[in-house]
Amino acid sequence: MQFALLIYESPEAFATRKNDKINSYTGAWRAYHKALVEAGIFVAGDPLEVPETGTTVRLTEGRRRVQDGPYADTKEQLGGFTILELPSLDAALDWAARCPAASYGAVEVRPLTPELRRRITE
Amino acid sequence: MSGTGQEDTHRRIERVARESYGRLVAYLSAHTRDVASAEDALSDALVKALTAWPRDGLPQNPEAWLLTTARHAIIDHVRHQQVVLTSEPTLMLLREGQEEMTLSVEFPDERLKLLFVCAHPAIDPAIHTPLMLQTVLGLDAARIAGAFLVSPKTMGQRLVRAKTKIRDGGIQFDVPPQGELPQRLDAVLEAIYAAFGIGWDDTAGVDQRGRDLAEEAIWLARVLLQLMPREAEVRGLLALMLHCEARRKARRGPDGRYIPLSEQDAQQWSLPLIEEAERLLAETATFGRAGRFQLEAAIQSVHAERARSGRTEWAAITLFYEQLTRISPTLGTQTGYAAAVGESKGPEAGLAVLDGIELEAVSGYQPYWAVRAHLLQRLGRTPAAKDAYDRAIGLTEDPAVKEFLLQRRG
Repeated sequence: MQFALLIYESPEAFATRKNDKINSYTGAWRAYHKALVEAGIFVAGDPLEVPETGTTVRLTEGRRRVQDGPYADTKEQLGGFTILELPSLDAALDWAARCPAASYGAVEVRPLTPELRRRITE
Repeated sequence: MSGTGQEDTHRRIERVARESYGRLVAYLSAHTRDVASAEDALSDALVKALTAWPRDGLPQNPEAWLLTTARHAIIDHVRHQQVVLTSEPTLMLLREGQEEMTLSVEFPDERLKLLFVCAHPAIDPAIHTPLMLQTVLGLDAARIAGAFLVSPKTMGQRLVRAKTKIRDGGIQFDVPPQGELPQRLDAVLEAIYAAFGIGWDDTAGVDQRGRDLAEEAIWLARVLLQLMPREAEVRGLLALMLHCEARRKARRGPDGRYIPLSEQDAQQWSLPLIEEAERLLAETATFGRAGRFQLEAAIQSVHAERARSGRTEWAAITLFYEQLTRISPTLGTQTGYAAAVGESKGPEAGLAVLDGIELEAVSGYQPYWAVRAHLLQRLGRTPAAKDAYDRAIGLTEDPAVKEFLLQRRG
């Protein structure tokens, strides 16, 4: 089964990324990534740029609407994602708890839906 | 009734519930073999107590009041369901006990049977501890789910499934016969220790919930000791947990920083807890049966010696670990043995022990990588050490431990 870990971060956490003097952010993530790869469960993943760089597009009644900033107006914003290949939700929750963001933000675990994917890609 | 009076009653109900929950569930389910309905009936009774006790005053024997009320709830429920065939014995059992119940103040403590049922070989070992926490201590599924890192819905379903199996699977509410006892008791001890381990790992200094779970585990072991005073391993388990508990305060700096055992200020360890643990451990010597928990307690006892002598006898610890790996060759024991060898015979020898463990087994096991990183660093093999530190950090949940390892890694 594949699971997505959706990483939610606070403005403070996004700010820490830029600060190279503090090693605990990148250090913890580097170690986590290494553990995922070595365990043979890493499928894909990437960090996202800070939410302010987002641009949201939608068409309402045929008119284009473009909005600066992220889709949802919440304090904690999507900051990245990781896709893991794991036997069960239990295992996914174990890895979510080890994710650095679990202690400074939040990690949502969501299964991927291969059935829908098949219908779309076939 | 005045506000304070009501508050008192509420607190009283809470206390009776806390102290009697397991005894009441155990007694009711030992008769019906239906843990779930015993729990439902008891929560019914507790809800009724919330209105009846403030109105009518506290009953003379609150425990008996709850038991009688819960028993009525079960009888009502069974009648309502009209499952005549299967429930007739239940009804009879309940009727039989009724008169004796309302009259006498004491009722038999069936918690031991309940503990053995929770850790029954027919029940999935992964659910032994959650079952105990719920049926004997009355913790709710959401709280248990958090501790075990599964979703509350899933934990609820697993608990229900296990209780259905207890009811329908013909699992006896009995203390196992002498021949099966050591193995069956082992499962009970394992489950209690697992609760302690979770409480222990959870203690990020700020998290009161983790701490509670460790205390609950110690409480369970005390109950078990009271019920089985002649079992050396029960004493061993309690001694082990008390030794660890004694160091709780010293495990964190004032800023929440993680402090490893070797750097803890021994003056901060709790002397009364250490003394109690030592007393228990000394008593096991008279039983003449060594076991896993006694050995683990003995290792902690050597560590505790540092409070007096100022140094750690790693040679003694290595010897105890050697015996431990023989009777209980788990990943944890082997890693602990490697760490002890690393101290008593040097990092090279410690690494050799680690190299003897199958690599596949350790890909998700944090302590292995932490010990490995430490030993490699002592040998000056910096790139390999950094690599092992990364593995350990990536597998760590506790942010304070993560930070500690990051600093060690450099």
